[in-house]
Amino acid sequence: MSKVLMKGNEAVGAAAIKAGCKYFFGYPITPSSEIPEYMSKALPEAGGVFLQAESEVAAINMVYGAGGAGARVMTASSSPGISLKQEGITYIAGAEVPCVIVNMMRGGPGLGSIQPGQADYFQSTRGGGNGDYRTLCYAPSSIQEIVDLVILGFDKADYYRNPVLIVADGMIGQMMEAVEFKDPAPIDLPEKDWATTGTGGKRQPNVVNSLFLQAEELQAHNDRLEKKYKLIEENEVLYEAYGLEEAEVVLVAYGTTSRIVKTAMKQAEAKGIKVGIIRPITLWPFPHDVFKTIGNNAKGILTVEMSAGQMIDDVKIAVEGRLPVYFNGTQGGMVPTPASVLADIEKIAGGTK
Amino acid sequence: MTMVYEKSKGLTDVPFHYCPGCTHGVIHKLVAESLVELGVLDDTIGVAPVGCSVLAYKYFNCDMQEAAHGRAPAVATGIKRVHPDKVVFSYQGDGDLASIGAGEIVHVAHRAEKITTIFVNNAIYGMTGGQMAPTTLVGQKTTTSPLGRDEALSGKPIRISEMLATIDGAKFVERVSVDTPANIRKAKKAIKRAFECQIKGEGFAIVEVLSTCPTNWGLTPVKALDWLKDNMIPYYPLGNFRNFEEGK
Repeated sequence: MSKVLMKGNEAVGAAAIKAGCKYFFGYPITPSSEIPEYMSKALPEAGGVFLQAESEVAAINMVYGAGGAGARVMTASSSPGISLKQEGITYIAGAEVPCVIVNMMRGGPGLGSIQPGQADYFQSTRGGGNGDYRTLCYAPSSIQEIVDLVILGFDKADYYRNPVLIVADGMIGQMMEAVEFKDPAPIDLPEKDWATTGTGGKRQPNVVNSLFLQAEELQAHNDRLEKKYKLIEENEVLYEAYGLEEAEVVLVAYGTTSRIVKTAMKQAEAKGIKVGIIRPITLWPFPHDVFKTIGNNAKGILTVEMSAGQMIDDVKIAVEGRLPVYFNGTQGGMVPTPASVLADIEKIAGGTK
Repeated sequence: MTMVYEKSKGLTDVPFHYCPGCTHGVIHKLVAESLVELGVLDDTIGVAPVGCSVLAYKYFNCDMQEAAHGRAPAVATGIKRVHPDKVVFSYQGDGDLASIGAGEIVHVAHRAEKITTIFVNNAIYGMTGGQMAPTTLVGQKTTTSPLGRDEALSGKPIRISEMLATIDGAKFVERVSVDTPANIRKAKKAIKRAFECQIKGEGFAIVEVLSTCPTNWGLTPVKALDWLKDNMIPYYPLGNFRNFEEGK
């Protein structure tokens, strides 16, 4: 298929439909409102159902119902809206219901701003809701990548019976790029024989549930979830990395920020500084192991985020104290400039920081 | 030997956990019997609430989902949109539906969502140990209104059926009680009618069932039935508020 020029938010909707998503429940919020707008027209045309819910809380609980009933289902929102959805997300994780949730992040805390941000890293990777659970988190850095990851996300959600988060900053949602809708690689998916479809008098009732009142039962349930999360950690880590062996400075960034640091990287290399980059594509599971391949020339690591410093915690865990970890961050919709990143690279390379 | 009575096939064999004298058991039975008599049990998906009837998913002999507190109508909406040909119901208490889930119930009615809601109103939070509900009567003592519900502080109890009856999408709204055999029979009729409303594709249907909580009211089961009759029915009048044939 040839490439088409699309806005990120609309491409998310088109990708979901390409992946066989038939149901969308959402509530408008800037900067992700184009997703429900797109779905309200395109999904009925594709034989699906779009429903505007009365709140984000209702929307995510509709997702829980539809996913539990066996459908491919999606919702999308932006930071404060995702906070409201956390109640549903923890139930969905606990009841092991597959679904895809898109967060076009804006600045926070509170109402924050409508400008792009990356300050929901903790919320995404640590589980914004209650209890021991994990959500597979994909962090795209281009429109093409968000399309690919949305399509992949539906398969992974079904495969693991787990909610999948697409964590992008508002910039990805709002900008336009050329994109191609490729057919996903075929994957063997288990039948949804656990879903609430009506027994038809042919089987025992199915129950979709996250309540286990007996301590032993809940422990066993949590142990089983933990095993699933370990499997995801072993098999689903995605990242882009290069230049690590020779690097004096290693940059770590995801989403839009990773594109900015690549510009700074080129400028630094023109000045003779060897720079490597690690771009996590999955925020959880985090690509810890790739940090072990950083060579002995490295003087330090620079983490760049549109936040006050959140992913940096995972970077420090991954580095295990081997190297100093520095931070360059902006908030409120401010975007890090290549110049400020370059200045930090030079400081770290010169050992003056 | 002739079988004159048996447990409904709409219920599983799991023993109820309800307190002695609680009327949830009776209401479960009425719902189960209605689904069996309408011939839809195997095509039904229920949604259980948070509250005393949180374990309803173990008792109804059909596919079930357990919802978060107050969100059963939203969960039921998701299920119904995926399976428009199946019967979908939510079973909710007054804390769940009238307080934390007030938004969800209003909008499920507003959308004329083709689901059926069984709303059990016992004027108290039972499961958490007898706290004040939005349906608690003025003067009624609870663990969070130890001197009785104070109207100046907490307002008057909310009348859900009357409120929902103002919404066009609510095609069947009736308040019943299970305090006497005669009222139980009327409750059964209303519940069946509420499922028929959905099966015929009319729109949203709700039956509010006045119920007792002997444990948290601090009364014997028999005295609790009397208290319901003497105190709840005068404030929450029984009767039909909307019927889909007449309402057309």
